[in-house]
Amino acid sequence: MSKWIKVCSLETIFPSTGVCALIDGKQVAIFRPSEESKVYAINNMDPFARSNVLSRGVICEHQEQLWVASPLKKQRFNLLDGSCLENSEVSVEAYKARITDGQVEIRL
Amino acid sequence: MSKQKLVIIGNGMVGHRFIEDFVEKADLEQFEITAFCEEPRVAYDRVHLSSYFSHHTADELSLVKEGFYEKHNIEVLIGERALTINRQEKVIHSQTGRAVYYDKLIMATGSYPWVPSIKGNESKDCFVYRTIEDLNAIEATARRSKNGVVVGGGLLGLEAAGALKALGVETHVIEFAPVLMAEQLDQQGGQMLRNKIESIGVNVHTGKNTQEIVVGGETARNTMKFADGTELEVDFIVFSTGIRPQDKLAKQCGLATGRRGGITIDNNCKTSDPDIYAIGECASWNEKFFGLVAPGYNMAKVTADDILGRDNEFTGADMSAKLKLLGVDVGSIGDANGRTPNCKSYVYLDENQSVYKRIIVSEDGKHLLGAVLVGDTESYSDLLQYTLNDIELPKHPDSLILPSHAGGEKVGLGVDALPEAAVVCSCFDVKKSDIADAVAEGHCTIGAIKAETGAGTGCGGCIPLITQVLNSELAKQGVEVKNHLCEHFEYSRQELFHLIRIEGIKTFKDLLAKYGQGYGCEVCKPTVGSILASCWGEYILSPENNGLQDTNDIFLGNMQKDGTYSVIPRMPGGEVTPKGLLAVANVAEQYELYTKVTGAQRIGLFGAHKGDLPDIWKQLIDAGFETGHAYGKSLRMVKTCVGSTWCRFGVQDSVGFGVELENRYKGLRTPHKIKFGVSGCTRECAEAQGKDVGIIATDKGWNLYVCGNGGMKPKHGELLAVDLDNETLVKYLDRFMMFYVRTADKLTRTSVWLQNLEGGIEYLQEVIINNKLGINDQLEKEMADAIDSYECEWTKTLSDDKQLARFAHFINSDEQDDNVVFTPERGQKRPAFIDEKAPTYKISLEEA
Repeated sequence: MSKWIKVCSLETIFPSTGVCALIDGKQVAIFRPSEESKVYAINNMDPFARSNVLSRGVICEHQEQLWVASPLKKQRFNLLDGSCLENSEVSVEAYKARITDGQVEIRL
Repeated sequence: MSKQKLVIIGNGMVGHRFIEDFVEKADLEQFEITAFCEEPRVAYDRVHLSSYFSHHTADELSLVKEGFYEKHNIEVLIGERALTINRQEKVIHSQTGRAVYYDKLIMATGSYPWVPSIKGNESKDCFVYRTIEDLNAIEATARRSKNGVVVGGGLLGLEAAGALKALGVETHVIEFAPVLMAEQLDQQGGQMLRNKIESIGVNVHTGKNTQEIVVGGETARNTMKFADGTELEVDFIVFSTGIRPQDKLAKQCGLATGRRGGITIDNNCKTSDPDIYAIGECASWNEKFFGLVAPGYNMAKVTADDILGRDNEFTGADMSAKLKLLGVDVGSIGDANGRTPNCKSYVYLDENQSVYKRIIVSEDGKHLLGAVLVGDTESYSDLLQYTLNDIELPKHPDSLILPSHAGGEKVGLGVDALPEAAVVCSCFDVKKSDIADAVAEGHCTIGAIKAETGAGTGCGGCIPLITQVLNSELAKQGVEVKNHLCEHFEYSRQELFHLIRIEGIKTFKDLLAKYGQGYGCEVCKPTVGSILASCWGEYILSPENNGLQDTNDIFLGNMQKDGTYSVIPRMPGGEVTPKGLLAVANVAEQYELYTKVTGAQRIGLFGAHKGDLPDIWKQLIDAGFETGHAYGKSLRMVKTCVGSTWCRFGVQDSVGFGVELENRYKGLRTPHKIKFGVSGCTRECAEAQGKDVGIIATDKGWNLYVCGNGGMKPKHGELLAVDLDNETLVKYLDRFMMFYVRTADKLTRTSVWLQNLEGGIEYLQEVIINNKLGINDQLEKEMADAIDSYECEWTKTLSDDKQLARFAHFINSDEQDDNVVFTPERGQKRPAFIDEKAPTYKISLEEA
């Protein structure tokens, strides 16, 4: 099993936005939906456009779950499992994310 | 139990449709499915074949969803031709020597183009029109040709002629019969079609019997010789003289075939061998074969049902058709030539508008037997329903084809008059009741109905009718069309605007707590972000507003498809100093940005990494530029002509006024983007009437046009007021802009806003000029506040270190996105296509 990797302090992520981190050569989009100490992580690549942009999307709520709308064509990806709301055959990788001592940690 | 082996020969539209239908209905665990596909690619849309010339991607035409065959474990033998069938052993041998055994065999071998045996037709300048390979060959030849001819004036022939015309060669159509489309149109309809086609520059020759094609000519590569002694010199020839069922394999293995060709089938689509079915154009049912896709789809369905032991029968097909040929609308229904004994016709002819309509009714005048429509096919779906469902005609059937101004009442057939079993989409055999069921299950948009029922996804001709059924069903269920912003706010944008303004709400959080529910989404967040900016002139990237901003606003640049940004500094009125140009050039060179003059009279720099944006903007701002708001739903620019300052025709200073206006309204957030144009004289070189605000100089002042736009649905602006002086015009504009900002729905451009404004331009004049609502002082004050609070967003952003930290691509590394790759093109660069990127990247993609 892979290790938890320290990425940045929670402070550096504006509430209700996302950032992108480089972990083990992978681009990981990390989202902080609110002021609370809770973050989510999925792969940064929009599988439709094949561009690394998901961290720059708007975080949204549908069906009582949180998603990010791709900034390119607005397909929505689930922050928990990476599934796509528009097309059940498409998904992105989702990763474990937690806060420890004010630091964001990700496990691939 | 071993799996049943199902083999399909032919992977055209019908062969593929069978597989789709079968996959949907059957338990695939019990079947092993193999398909022969002779062409080098899987099934594609032959109906829209001509569109290939405009996009040139076979993928665009493909009917097969990516991964469909793999997902369902179906083996498709691409490029393999079934050579022989051995019915005793139940085995097929292909040209590669492969043996494929079957339990049930479905032949969907289609048809082949029939070319009359004219001497010289084997020349390399002769083509047929059926496959993508044919099209590639025609296009290559057209490039070195001046003119081309299509032999055959039927449906497909005219389609091909349209393609030739689009390829830019002088186009001729040769038809053996005295009229065009003799199958579908009567003589007068054919004549009308001919007039229209000739008027767009296609040469039509009817009653011509081609005898020989001879190499050489004075003006072209070949000469066609006709039976009447005339000749035509042409470079190349496309034959579209009909199709014949491809029944070679059937004959080889001894299946019964029709007198006119085609594999004989019964009502269950079974051939003379009970384990072999034939569907589509290769099949002969009651000595008839069908060259349209809808009957083929129907046969595919019947066959799938028969194999699965379900009841279903093929009972013939309606050959009605509605299409657009060379830009002309043509419709043909049922007995278009009036061959039914004792039938009667009603005819409407308008040579001025080139419209011809004829309906053929039964002797007693109660039933519609057929129709011909040329130039106007609006009544097609209504008429078709009359024949398909045998609905009794109104007392005066001619009212169905008369235009409303000609005294004929509009006796359109309401969808409620259709029986539940009425076939709405004949391509996919979808009934009115199917659509009603889908609506009842909660599919309430056209998109959802299409996805659920397949209706409207074939030729698309039935979409207006589906829309009517959908609306009628929604109305029946009492579904009210709401303009709620989204699931988080039960208010329209206009209502939210007032709530924010009146209650002085400054953050999304407060608004959500007071008037909304849940967390918010990609619809309400940017909308509210825009309203807050309009109302309070708030900095859009403040910590409270940051997460509300959409794609472009959040990093103050237009995101391009590869995730890089464009940089467009403001050049008010299109003015830029040489020194400014140098500064732009320096930045562009330093950061290797693709540089282009935009449609908005300014310079765009493309391909900037997010992380470089702050440095790029710092240099531009130091050189005196400010943000151009090219990324915002806000005033983009004011386009101007040089006006009286330089132009010898100009009567007012259009540049000066344009610069003043651009500086006045820059930065104001609006429901959608806004563009202005100012022309210095009536010649209108700034194209102001195609803008949201258009100002055109007169010798007494300015005429003010509003609510025009270019883009997807171009619309000319409407005249709001005439001969205004500068001061009055600015006052009107303040009111107009604020009124729009206050009342428009989200993402509504001014033209649509005006369209939905009850009373239209007259009402707007009452409000803006005559203060009908008594709000003009307020509007002006709000605008003054907005103007006062203007600041360049980029200047502000550069002064805030916490903001700047957001621009790095990675939060934990200084590296840049290695997926952003460029390829040189015309001395600059462009984003690399996926197959131009490094192979490692492609692999990691597949993993992801």
